[in-house]
Order: sequence, then C-alpha cells, then structure tokens
Amino acid sequence: MNISNWGKYPVVDSNVLCFRADNEIKAVTATSHSLIARGMGRCYGDSALNENMIASTERFNHLLSFNEKTGELICESGVTLEDILSVFVPRGWFLPVTPGTKFVSVGGAIGADVHGKNHHESGSFCRHVNWMDVLTADGSVVRCSPDENEDLFFGVSGGLGMLGIVLRASFNLVHISSAYIKQETVKAVNLKEIMEDFETYDEREFSVAWIDCLKGGDSLGRSVLMRGAFASADELSKKQKQELLSVPKKRKLNIPLNFPSIALNPLSVRAFNALYYGKAPNEHTESIVDYDSFFYPLDAVYNWNRIYGKRGFTQYQFVLPKESSFEGLTKILSKISASGQGSFLAVLKLFGKADKGTLSFPREGYTLALDFPITESLFPLFNELDAMVLDYGGCHYLTKDARLSRDVFDKGYGKAADSFRELKAKWDPANKFSSLQSSRLGFGD
Amino acid sequence: MAKNILILGATSDIAAACARTFSQAGYDIILAARNTGTLLPLADDIMIRSNQQVYVTSFDATAFETHADFIKNLPVKPYGVICAFGFLGDQTKAEDSFREAHTIIDSNYTGAVSLLGRLALLFEARQAGFIVGISSVAGDRGRSSNYVYGSAKAGYTAFLSGLRNRLQRKNVQVITVKPGFVRTAMTEGLNLPKALTAEPEQVAKDIFTAVQKNKDVVYSKWFWKYIMLIIRHIPEPLFKRLAL
Repeated sequence: MNISNWGKYPVVDSNVLCFRADNEIKAVTATSHSLIARGMGRCYGDSALNENMIASTERFNHLLSFNEKTGELICESGVTLEDILSVFVPRGWFLPVTPGTKFVSVGGAIGADVHGKNHHESGSFCRHVNWMDVLTADGSVVRCSPDENEDLFFGVSGGLGMLGIVLRASFNLVHISSAYIKQETVKAVNLKEIMEDFETYDEREFSVAWIDCLKGGDSLGRSVLMRGAFASADELSKKQKQELLSVPKKRKLNIPLNFPSIALNPLSVRAFNALYYGKAPNEHTESIVDYDSFFYPLDAVYNWNRIYGKRGFTQYQFVLPKESSFEGLTKILSKISASGQGSFLAVLKLFGKADKGTLSFPREGYTLALDFPITESLFPLFNELDAMVLDYGGCHYLTKDARLSRDVFDKGYGKAADSFRELKAKWDPANKFSSLQSSRLGFGD
Repeated sequence: MAKNILILGATSDIAAACARTFSQAGYDIILAARNTGTLLPLADDIMIRSNQQVYVTSFDATAFETHADFIKNLPVKPYGVICAFGFLGDQTKAEDSFREAHTIIDSNYTGAVSLLGRLALLFEARQAGFIVGISSVAGDRGRSSNYVYGSAKAGYTAFLSGLRNRLQRKNVQVITVKPGFVRTAMTEGLNLPKALTAEPEQVAKDIFTAVQKNKDVVYSKWFWKYIMLIIRHIPEPLFKRLAL
C-alpha cells in the first residue's frame, strides 16, 4: 500500500504490519531483511518509511502500570500522548515534555527524542525515560536505561528506530495544579528584540515564538513570543476552578480534502502573517488558556497537512549555537525572505543544555522551524540554507527531514555521527532496521 | 444488579475496543480467551484507564464439552455478554478440506450456539441482561470468496434472531451486530477500501450505543445496511455471474 508521513512527501509503496504482541514483532523482525518501526507517522519526511516492511505500533498500545505516588507510567510504545493526556490530566498529571502535537506515539517521542516549549528547563523527552525494552536485530528484547546497556539507551534516544524497535518504556509524568496555562504574549519588532526577550524572561516554564519570515529589512524577524506556566487555582475564574483539571470540549475542524496547490502562495501567506501579527494585542498581554490551546493549537484542525495540497510539504528545522545565532539567523531569514518562498508557520525557540542521546537534535542555541510546500525551486533553496547552517556551526532535525545529504548530516552532527555509526555496527551490523532516510544518510553502507 | 460484562474472544481487536468502551462507562469486565497470557496487557490497561474491576479467564470456543463448567466457574455472574470470537479461515482451503470448513463453522457458529444457549438460560431465569453477538455482513448473502465463513455467520445471525424472539418477553436484550470491513488482525494485509472500512473503536461505539438504545440489529459502519440491502436484492441469475 502507498504510505507517507505527515508531510505527504515522499510516498512509498510498502507492506505495513500492525503487531499486537512481542512474539508477532519478533517473527516479523526475524523474517524481514529490512524494516523500520512506525507509530503515528508524524515525522514529516522519510524517517519512518521503508520500502520492504513497516512495523506499525498502532495496535501495540496498552498502559501497563501507573504509580499514583511517583507518577511513573509504564506503557507499550504505540500509546499516544493524546491517550496519556486524556487519562491522566483529569487526575492531575501531565507529560514531562511534549512536542507541538499530541498525536505522536511514545515510541515516536523516544525515536525522535522530541522537545517542547520547556526545553530550556526540562530538556528533551528521553531525559525523563527511566528505562525501555528494545527489540534488537538479533531478536532479543534488551532492557536499557541510563545505567544498564546505556550505549543502546542513548543510541535509541533520538536514533529514529535505526538500532531496534522500542516495545515498552517507563517514564514519569509531572504533577499539575490545573489544566490551564497562564499565558503571556509579547510582540517583538525584529530579531534582536525577540532574542532579548527569550534571554531576559527565561524563568517561565514554557516559551516559543512565531516568526514572520517574509519580512525583511528593519522588521526582519518580527515575532510574537508566547510564554506560559501552569496556572494555580487562585489564578483561575470561578467556572474554571470548579473543574480545575478538565478542559471544555471544543469542536474540531477537519480538512477533508487536499487543497489545490495554488491555495498557498506568497500573497496568502503574507496576508496570514499580517493578520496573525496584527491579532496579537500590543506589546504585552496575559491570559488564561486551556492546555490544549496552548500546546496543541494545530491539533484542533485534523489533517491540516492537506492545506499544502497533494504534492505535500516539508519542514526545515535547524539549530545554531547561541553565540552565532543572531548573525546566522539574520542571514538565513534574509535569504528566505528574498526567495519569496513563504513559510506559513515559522517557529523560533531557545534551547537549553543538550541531553545525552547520541543523535538527539536539541542543543544549546536557537532553533528555527519553517514549513514549505514542496515545489521545484524548494530543494535548491534548501541546499543554500544547508551551507549557511553548517557555516554557523548548526545542524538539522532529522525528524522533519526528507532530503538532507549524507555530507551535510556528517558535518552538522560531527562526532555524534561517527559515534552513531559505531553503535549501528555493534547493535545492527546487518542493517536490518533501516529507513529511506537512514539509507540516504549512509547508514549500513 | 452490578454492571459487568463477559467478553468472549477478548483478544480480537473489536472485543478489546468494546472492553475499553464499556469499562469507561462503568462496567466491570470479564475477559475470556483461549490464551489468557495475551490478555494481561489489556487487563492492566483497562484497570489503569477506568479503575473498574477486570477478570481474566480462559475458554475454548470449540471445546463444547467444557462450556458448562466454564460458565459455572466464571469469577462473577455476568450481566451482559459480548460474543466476539470468530475465525475467517481460508476459503480455498475449506473447499478442498472439510477439516478447514468444519473449523470455520465451529469457531463462528457452533461455539456461539453452545455458549450463548447456556448464558441465555441464566439471563432468562433472572429476567435481565443483554447478549451481543458479533456476526458479519458476510452472513447476509453467500459469495464465492468466503461462503463457508459467510454460511456460519448466516447461521449465527438466524440463531440470534430466534433467541431475540424468545427472550424479548423475558426482559433480555439480544443484539445482532453486523460489521462490514473493519481494520483488525483478521483483515491484516487485505487491501480494504478506506472509505468503507471501520476502525474497531467505531464498531465498539456502535455496539455500546446499541445496548443503550435497545437496538435489535446494527450494521457498522451504518451504511452497510444499505450496501447489503442492494446486494441481497440482486437477482440470483445475475448474482451468480458476478465475481464477488
């Protein structure tokens, strides 16, 4: 069957098998020369695509234990973050780290070592993982943790399924006082101002900025910064106080069909950006919003990827070291603004210290993520951006990628790329676990 | 009376989805399957999600002689039952070998007659409860691609219809569920048309609604009612020529 991930690019014809128990996935792994695990398919490009066999965790989705005192949750890898939130928010627990969509599986969150708006305080997802069970190429299930088989643990954290299949994991949920966020919105007129804002108000638990990447000149990098923290009961309205831990059900929108590719063009994106920036009240405002609206605004529109049409889209996300961020981002944003290839959604975030996942993406500095519809002129632009990212000492987020070259990957990840090749040789010498992306990046050559 | 249901054939995807749906609505759950080991993650899952009581027990649908004891020894007396076991089998194999055909018939029909017949006596005596039988649209008309399975389901559908007729005076509700295409382990690897295919969770929701609303026969998804209406009305001289 034809299958693609969130960006609808690329599309492959492959076999998809949903496993329901250890013995089923062991049998498939033993009989397939090449396969990759896939959860919700929310990586953007080809990290979870393999032309021979895709092992889906969709039906491997049981909660196995929960400790009411410590918040430790043990579950199978196909459990989604949405599922966890729906069960545990009403009991006063939240995810330690969450990406911008709740429609990802625990296995996917580990494989991508996802980050969220609290990276500067809480690091990436795998920092909170106590242990995991990984099915490795020789057919054994290996328990690994930061103290036991730690090379496998840190390799699998952000390793995009290239070392094995995560079957179960243990991690701790965190206590929340309510299901609401006290949100602050701050407007910044340009890049310099938004970076100052990030660096002066870093005590807030969550922060992220939307950035208008079509603006050039003095307004280059004009942004809206959103910061927040879970609200305490006394900060809520009477009505919210009555149901501290539940969020009013909202009507969800759906995009039933692919939009025609003409729908997104520089003009419409420019108009959207002007409206979005204009909508934000002046300078500095505070409000109380529910956690769904704060963390997952796009999840309210099912299948929003269809807005980009049948040809699909991709996301370009990179991180630059803090020291070179201002200069690097200025150059890169100028390049994009001059190209006229509008990015509908551009998100800027200041990361805190890196974690220990061998291929984990987040490291101290600024990360910028931009969505682009796939067009003929897009990849040449990306090639130019790649060179600039490398010049400023940055690297790319593989979870979003569908086209990075091995050379750019090796230069960007440096020693980490070499260490990961060693791990691959140790845990999967025959390159059983491979994706279109891992082949492109030269794993298993 | 305590709200609890017995789910026969609990390893199937539809059964598992039913277990989650009914436990969310406050039912205790008795999960029954041949291999109880595979039920343990589901049992843990339901207890964590719902805080309801979950029991795990084993039975064999085709070991008819064990059914009386199985029902006698259930951990609690069930208020309702969902009979979800079934076996698609291999039609081509069933054409060559009666053994395969026999297994298909026993696993889809005879086993259900034996188990539901005994449970019906219990429910009838106390004049309360509900019986959900998961049959199939395949039982609405025999087609060359799966008529052994289809004939067993046809028998099952007729059995449920008669049982409903008998028990309606005794305050026992009997619901026939006829799923169309469902994305489950049974159909893994088949190329099902997306628009016509239900997720097991949708079927479970339909079953739950049917119990709430006291329905008799439910198709899932709902439009299969009309697809099957058309299929049942194609004249036989034409139908026999179709490649179905």
